[in-house]
Amino acid sequence: MRVVAALSGGVDSAVAAARLVDAGHEVTGVHLALAEKRYAGGGRGCCTLEDVHDARRAADVLGIPFYVWDFAQRFQETVLDDFLAEYSAGRTPNPCVSCNQHIKFAAVLERAQALGFDAVGTGHYARLVTGPAGVELHRGVDPAKDQSYVLAVLDQEQLQHSLFPLGASHKAEVRQEAAARGLLVADKPDSHDICFIPDGDTRGFLRERLGLADGPIVDAESGATLGQHAGAAGYTIGQRRGLFLQQPAADGTARYVVDVDVPSNTVFVGSPTRLRVGGLRVDRLRWTADPVSSARIAVQIRAHADPVAARLDGDEVILDEEMTGVAAGQIAVFYDASRVLGSGRITATTPWSETVPG
Amino acid sequence: MVHYLDHAATTPLRPEALAAMQQQWLQVGNPSSLHTAGRQARRVVEESREQIAAVIGAKPADVIFTSGGTEADNLALKGLARNTDRSRVLVSAVEHHAVLDPAQALAEEGKTVELIPVDGLGRVDLVALEQMLDDDVAVVAVMWANNEVGTVQPIAQIARLCAARGVPFHTDAVQALGQVPLDVDGIPSVALSAHKVGGPVGVGALVLDRDLAVRPLVHGGGQERDVRSGTLDAAGIAGFAAALAAEKSDLAPLRDDLIRGVQDVVPDAVLNGDPLDRLPNNAHFSFPGCPGDALLMLLDAAGVAVSTGSACTAGIPQPSHVLLAMGADERMARSSLRFSLGWNSSADDVSALLAALPPAVERARRAGGL
Repeated sequence: MRVVAALSGGVDSAVAAARLVDAGHEVTGVHLALAEKRYAGGGRGCCTLEDVHDARRAADVLGIPFYVWDFAQRFQETVLDDFLAEYSAGRTPNPCVSCNQHIKFAAVLERAQALGFDAVGTGHYARLVTGPAGVELHRGVDPAKDQSYVLAVLDQEQLQHSLFPLGASHKAEVRQEAAARGLLVADKPDSHDICFIPDGDTRGFLRERLGLADGPIVDAESGATLGQHAGAAGYTIGQRRGLFLQQPAADGTARYVVDVDVPSNTVFVGSPTRLRVGGLRVDRLRWTADPVSSARIAVQIRAHADPVAARLDGDEVILDEEMTGVAAGQIAVFYDASRVLGSGRITATTPWSETVPG
Repeated sequence: MVHYLDHAATTPLRPEALAAMQQQWLQVGNPSSLHTAGRQARRVVEESREQIAAVIGAKPADVIFTSGGTEADNLALKGLARNTDRSRVLVSAVEHHAVLDPAQALAEEGKTVELIPVDGLGRVDLVALEQMLDDDVAVVAVMWANNEVGTVQPIAQIARLCAARGVPFHTDAVQALGQVPLDVDGIPSVALSAHKVGGPVGVGALVLDRDLAVRPLVHGGGQERDVRSGTLDAAGIAGFAAALAAEKSDLAPLRDDLIRGVQDVVPDAVLNGDPLDRLPNNAHFSFPGCPGDALLMLLDAAGVAVSTGSACTAGIPQPSHVLLAMGADERMARSSLRFSLGWNSSADDVSALLAALPPAVERARRAGGL
C-alpha cells in the first residue's frame, strides 16, 4: 500500500514508520504543522521546530520522502475552537481525542487519499484486528501506553484506512528498536502536555483566549464565599490544587471543585463525597462499527483511568461502582473486554447515592 | 533521473568554479599573511575581486566579501541604519526575508520600518516611493529582481530617486546576478551571492560605495576594509569569480517554451509577475484550487523538483508574502509554484514537467484544502 506515516518527531511515530517500511509499504513521512506559532524551544509537544527537525531526520534514516503538511487553520477551526467552546461552557474537553477525530484521521486521511495514498499510519499504541464486525479497535498490549482511548472516536471507515504498527509492542521494546535502527529520537522523552500549550499552563492559555475574570469560590454546602478564583472556565470538577483557600473545611477534609458554573463565573467546592458518581449521560455518540444501544460494557473516562464495569442503555451509562472526579466534556469510552465499541461526550452525571446499579 | 527546476534556490556548481576551488584548496596561505604564501592567496582574492567587479561595472575596492547574500543584506541594512540618527527604513513589500528580517530587527531597535507598495505585477510604486522619501530615511532597500515571481525592478530609476534626496539605497541583486546585465554604477549598495550563479554556497559580497559608512556586524581582524572581519576564503572567492566568468546562454527561449507549455496543459494556470520585465530563468504560476505544497509533493514523486516560493527552514508552507503584497488573495497565494531554470537546464527538463503536471494538478485539485 501507499501509506502516509505521520511523523511527530517522537520515537513512537519514527518506529511505526520504520515498521511500515519493513512491511513493504511505500511510505511517505508527513509532519503536521498544527500550531499557528512555531515554538522555538523545548521538545515537549509536537509543535516545536525541534520536532520538525527530528521528524525529518527520522525520515532521512528510513530513506523515505518527507513533507510538512500545514493543517494549522483546520486545527484552529476544529480542535482549538472546540477546546475553547467547551471550556467556556464549563466542560472539560480532551483535545487529543478531538485532534484524532478531526485532523489525523479526517483531514490528513482525506488529503492522503486524494493524493493517491491508501492509509495513514501512526505510532499510537492500539491494535487493529479484523473480526466479524470489520476492523476492530483493541487496546495496545502495553497497559502503561495503551492509546485506544484517544482513538475511540474513529469510525469503521477511518479504521479501515489506519495502521497502528506499535499496538503489539511495549514502549521499552520500541525504544530499543529505535536505538537499534539508529533513530536519534530513541531517548527523547514522551510528550504529556497539550501540544498547543507548550508551557503546560492551561489556565493561562484560557485566560488569554477567553478573557477570564476573577470570581467567587463558594462552599456548595453553606453557600459561603471562601475565596477568589481566576476564571471559572479554568477549573475542572474533581480538581483540588490551585484553589488557595484560606480556611480549612469544618470537618478538616480537603475540598474539591464539585461544580463549575460558567455563566455566573462561580466555582463550587465541597467534600469529596459530592464527587461520587453513579451514572453518566452522554451525547456525540460515535461507534467503531455497528451502533450499540444496550450492552454490558466497561467504561473509561480518561486516557489512563481504570475502566469501570457498567451497563450502557441508549445515552445513559449506569455504573456498577462509583467513579469520582467526572467532569462534563470528558469522553467516555465503551469497551467490550479489550475492544473499543465506541464513545460519547459526558454531558451530565448522576450522584452515586441516586443510582440503582445495573 | 531528477529534473531540477529549482535553480533559483541553488544551482549546480559550475565545472569552472570547481576547478578554481580545487586549485586553491591545495595551496596554503592566509590572504592576510605577509609572506609569499599569504601574498599568493591574497593575489587570488584580489584578482577574483577585480573579475567580479568588472562583470557588474563596480570598482574593485567597493567589493566586500561576505558569507553570502543574507549576510550582505544584513550588513547593508543594519550597517547603514545603525550608523545614522535617521529613523526611517523603507523596504519594498516583496523583499526576500534576508532584507525583511533585518528590517524587523531594526524596528525592534527603535527604527520605523515602512513597506514600499508594489503593483499587481510586483513592480515597486515609484510615485509612492518618491512621496515616502525624506531627510529622515536611513536606508531604502528594493531588490533588483524578485526571487519568487521574477519581476525585475526599475533599479536605475529608484537609485536616482534616492540619490536626489540624499538617501542611501541598497539592492539585493542575488537573483538578478548572472541572469540580467547588472550595471551597479550609481547604485551605492548591492548584495550578491555565489551559489545562485554556479559558485559555492557560503560566499557572497556586498558591493558598497566607499563613501558610505557602515557599522560592521562582525568584528575581528579588520579584513575587508575593517567592515567584515574574518579570514578570507580564497578558494570560495575564486570559485565565485570563475562561476561568474563562465559562459552564459540566454535562458529566455527555454523559459518561454515552459510558460507556453504550462498554459497549454493547464489552461487555467495564471502566470504571476511581470510578463516582460522578468528574469529569463523564472516562470511562476498559480494553479487555482491546487494547494502548492501538494503539487510540489506530487511533482517530486514524479522526479520533477520545483518550489512553492522561497524555502523556509521548517518546511512549513506559508502563503507567499510576495503574492499577497501583489494583491493576490490567500487562496491564490497558497496555490502557486515557481519553476526556475539554470545553466544546465534542457528541453528534456521542461518536457518532463509538462508530462507530470496535468495529472498532478488534477490530483492536487481533488485533495483541495483551498
